[in-house]
Amino acid sequence: MAAEQPQTAANAVRDTVKKDEDKEEEELSPFYGIEKGAVLQESRVFNDPQIDVRRCQQIITKLLYLLNQGDAFTKVEATEVFFSGTKLFQSKDINLRRMVYLMIKEICPSSDEVIIVTSSLMKDMNSKTDLYRSNAIRVLCNISRNDTALLSQVERYLKQAVVDKNSVVASAALVSGMHLLQGSPEIVKRWSNEVQEAVQSKNPLVQAHALALLHQIRQNDRLAVSKLVTSLTRSSVRSPLAQCLLIRYVSQVIAESSAATNGERPFYDFLEGCLRHKAEMVIFEAARAIANMNDVTTRELTPAITVLQLFLSSSKPVLRFAAVRTLNKVAMTHPLAVTNCNIDMESLISDQNRSIATLAITTLLKTGNESSVERLLKQITSFMSDIADEFKIVVVEAIKSLCLKFPQKYPVLMNFLSNILREEGGFDYKKAIVESILNLIRDIPDAKESGLSHLCEFIEDCEFTYLSTQILHLLGKEGPNTQDPAKYIRYIYNRVILENATVRASAVSALARFGAVVEYLQPRIIILLKRCLHDNDDEVRDRATFYLAALGAGETSAETSRPMLLSSLNKPLADLEANLRDYMMGGCDKTFDISCVSSTKPNLGPAPKAAGGAAAASKPGQNSAPEVPQADAYAEVLNEIPELADLGRLFKSSAPVELTEAETEYMVKCVKHVFPEHVVFQFSCSNTIEEQVLEDVSVVMEPTEGEELQEEFTLPLVSMPLNECGETYVCMKRAEGSFAVGKYACTLKFTVKEVDPSTGEAEEDGYEDEYQLEDIEVSVLDYLQKTAVSNFRKSWEDIDEEMEQTSVYGLGARESLQEAVEAVMEILGMQPCEGTEVVPPNARSHTSLLSGNFVGNCQVLVRLYFGVDQSNAVAVKVAVRCEDAAVSELVHQIISEA
Amino acid sequence: METSCPLIKNILILDGEGKRIAVKYYGNEWATPGAQATFEKSVFSKTQRTNARGEAEIIMFDNVITVFKFVSDLHFYVTGNQDENELILVTVLQALFDAISLLLRNAVEKKTVLENLDLVLLTLDEIVDGGVILETEASVIASRVTMRGADSDLPLSEQTFTQALASAKEQIARSLLN
Repeated sequence: MAAEQPQTAANAVRDTVKKDEDKEEEELSPFYGIEKGAVLQESRVFNDPQIDVRRCQQIITKLLYLLNQGDAFTKVEATEVFFSGTKLFQSKDINLRRMVYLMIKEICPSSDEVIIVTSSLMKDMNSKTDLYRSNAIRVLCNISRNDTALLSQVERYLKQAVVDKNSVVASAALVSGMHLLQGSPEIVKRWSNEVQEAVQSKNPLVQAHALALLHQIRQNDRLAVSKLVTSLTRSSVRSPLAQCLLIRYVSQVIAESSAATNGERPFYDFLEGCLRHKAEMVIFEAARAIANMNDVTTRELTPAITVLQLFLSSSKPVLRFAAVRTLNKVAMTHPLAVTNCNIDMESLISDQNRSIATLAITTLLKTGNESSVERLLKQITSFMSDIADEFKIVVVEAIKSLCLKFPQKYPVLMNFLSNILREEGGFDYKKAIVESILNLIRDIPDAKESGLSHLCEFIEDCEFTYLSTQILHLLGKEGPNTQDPAKYIRYIYNRVILENATVRASAVSALARFGAVVEYLQPRIIILLKRCLHDNDDEVRDRATFYLAALGAGETSAETSRPMLLSSLNKPLADLEANLRDYMMGGCDKTFDISCVSSTKPNLGPAPKAAGGAAAASKPGQNSAPEVPQADAYAEVLNEIPELADLGRLFKSSAPVELTEAETEYMVKCVKHVFPEHVVFQFSCSNTIEEQVLEDVSVVMEPTEGEELQEEFTLPLVSMPLNECGETYVCMKRAEGSFAVGKYACTLKFTVKEVDPSTGEAEEDGYEDEYQLEDIEVSVLDYLQKTAVSNFRKSWEDIDEEMEQTSVYGLGARESLQEAVEAVMEILGMQPCEGTEVVPPNARSHTSLLSGNFVGNCQVLVRLYFGVDQSNAVAVKVAVRCEDAAVSELVHQIISEA
Repeated sequence: METSCPLIKNILILDGEGKRIAVKYYGNEWATPGAQATFEKSVFSKTQRTNARGEAEIIMFDNVITVFKFVSDLHFYVTGNQDENELILVTVLQALFDAISLLLRNAVEKKTVLENLDLVLLTLDEIVDGGVILETEASVIASRVTMRGADSDLPLSEQTFTQALASAKEQIARSLLN
């Protein structure tokens, strides 16, 4: 037989390669030298009229061993073994029968062959022996999951089996039912009554299986689930596993009902009761369920936290892990609730299990205070090299948010990030670090220079092209505005010498930006760029040539082309491409004129979809989206409108406000943009009626109360697009130094043209119409921006004490001090500093530090001293420091008016 | 789905070098032998250096949770979804280990496990069915594996569990040595 040969060949190879290991292996494994062909041939003894029970068992084990080792059988092989295997049903030997069951499940080749065993299995399903019945049920359901015809034949037996007094039979039927529910749900649904009966079983696992199946049958019927849960929470569920299931179903009911009911949460008492169950599995399931409830309150959390805290000091690593992982999650939303566990948590930092240590560290980073930062960092550094990349990423994320919380700690934290950046690590890990540093550079102005130099060092030895190009781009953008731009040139030019083409090209672009912004560096940059002209990559050469021309080293004048270097091309790429294509077709006899490409000005009627900036800006500010990119997107859009381009730097854009009810004919949203001397109202309008075309759209604003702004001009919208946003603008002048607040009544004006339904075209003549919008309010807050300060105390003391204005306000009775703090911060809309937005538990007084910036670059710092008396009435003393006394007054005005 | 019943993704028994002894995967997450080998390699290398000889240990990676326990030259692993209750997974691991200890009369090592591989494979089959936990009581699992009480010739009262076990073991040992 051919099968023999490879065996000897394989043995020969092994003999020569590893003689020593051989003997050991041989002694150890009864399967040494096993070979598929030989075993398959051996399996023919299944067909012998006299069944050798032991030999057959042995062969089945060998077959299963081969399968387990990943030795796949071909269809023909499987079919042959399967067929001869079914002959073994003739034997009465119980252990052999058990192996046959297992073999059928593992080897069953396809549904065509199933038919040959069904009669044997059905016979076993009717056997007096429970273990035959249970196994036959499992095997039959396993191999004929989608064969509804066959299943309906045996349905009667399955139904009976569900309520069988022997747990092995009942469990087999119930678990098979769960599997069948996927393919033949109607059959399983008919067992409802029996399954319900099985839920009362005394056997723990049967009860759990019945409960799981019953829930799966009913899961699409909320009312039924709710009823089931209600009745079960009252009765005594015995098995821990069933209790865990019940907790899951209860949580689901809670999650679905919490929106409707206020006050006491349904079933909370049940969950809390489960915290006193004797099985740890149940206690933990309940604690986790409580921690995951929507809008969980501190009071509800407390008992759960208490049991989790006990688990933290368990001798079982799994229990410690489970507890710390849950607490870590809680710390994201309720850092204060977890602070009680800090001592236990700190001892976990040295846990043998690195996963537990990492979770403990990151939890501490979330709940810790400023003074513990250095100590924690030291502990983290000691084990960073031991843990897996995915955990390192978790740590990096935690460090980043810590740094944003305590900006004045940036030197240590930044240092930590740069240290780990130098160590070994995969792409995702490095990316997380680089992104964290980029984040810090963006949000903490003081951290910019050190962050940039860390990144410079990193690209010296960075194996990831993507990260190198990201960093080079950032260097090009931020580097020229630093104190000593020249020092970055060397780092960037090194990349041109040493890196691949993609990185070289970005380095060239970055260099060019230095040349364009920093006058005195320009000659040097030009020399460097000239060297790049001989690069062997097209893209690098092209960029160098282009930038040289733009910097004025070529014949084109620098004055006209320099802006192109600094701003992005404000043309839709699709249009540009189309225009260039036409140009190429036309024979290229004239110079291409870029001005003939339509720009992205969003009010050009049916604007091309490529107006990415406009689309981004018109999306209502998503809560999670960071503020800065949103503002950048606005600035970009506004900059492209010639009339608005000269207004200076955009100071602040408000969140969009809906000026129309939902589901009306027209949808209008307004965003207020504050510029140094102007306020621009951007109206995003959208038409929802197909039968009409709206043209010449504008908004008329009439002041109704408060100080007036001087209207300068209106930019109408040529045509209001259907179901998409078009923009019209009103620009108002603001006297310098004034913070005009007031209300404006707004009216949408437009020309309506009916659309002829037969042709789909608009009629020639239209009529003018208007539509009343909601009022717009301009408040002091529109002129105030959140800004972080890295050292509040220093900034505070830098402002003359004389300039401080203090007042005390009563806030009335409040639920908690925390709530009062949040309320005042909401009113002021300023940036909380140094984590002072969080009140420690049980505190009777608290100080919060806020910082902000008024338009015109006027820094405002606020200290809030909160105190609470016996009757929970909260009073706050507000101390404001600002160089401009009028501004300080404004801040007080905001509070007193609120 | 958050409210589903606990599911096991796989059960692995590897040797001291990470080689397969017996494994069972449920569901299609690691559908090919290659994917399974990669998973086994990574779980082995990540856990290799831990001391999981006393209490069961735990690790989370690639969106799964694995609990594991090492005994002599064997590594036992049970893996579940990352949202799974860790204590349920560890119950399964403990059941697996205890049942095998019972069946092998505490001689839990690579040699005996391979010699009694049929018992071990049956144990896997009796603990979890298609990912659903079937039974967690070690003595119950062991008696189901040996089909105790199924032999109609010998009434249950006359054959103790140990006897049944002994006869089963004897049979298998003999058959494998043939």
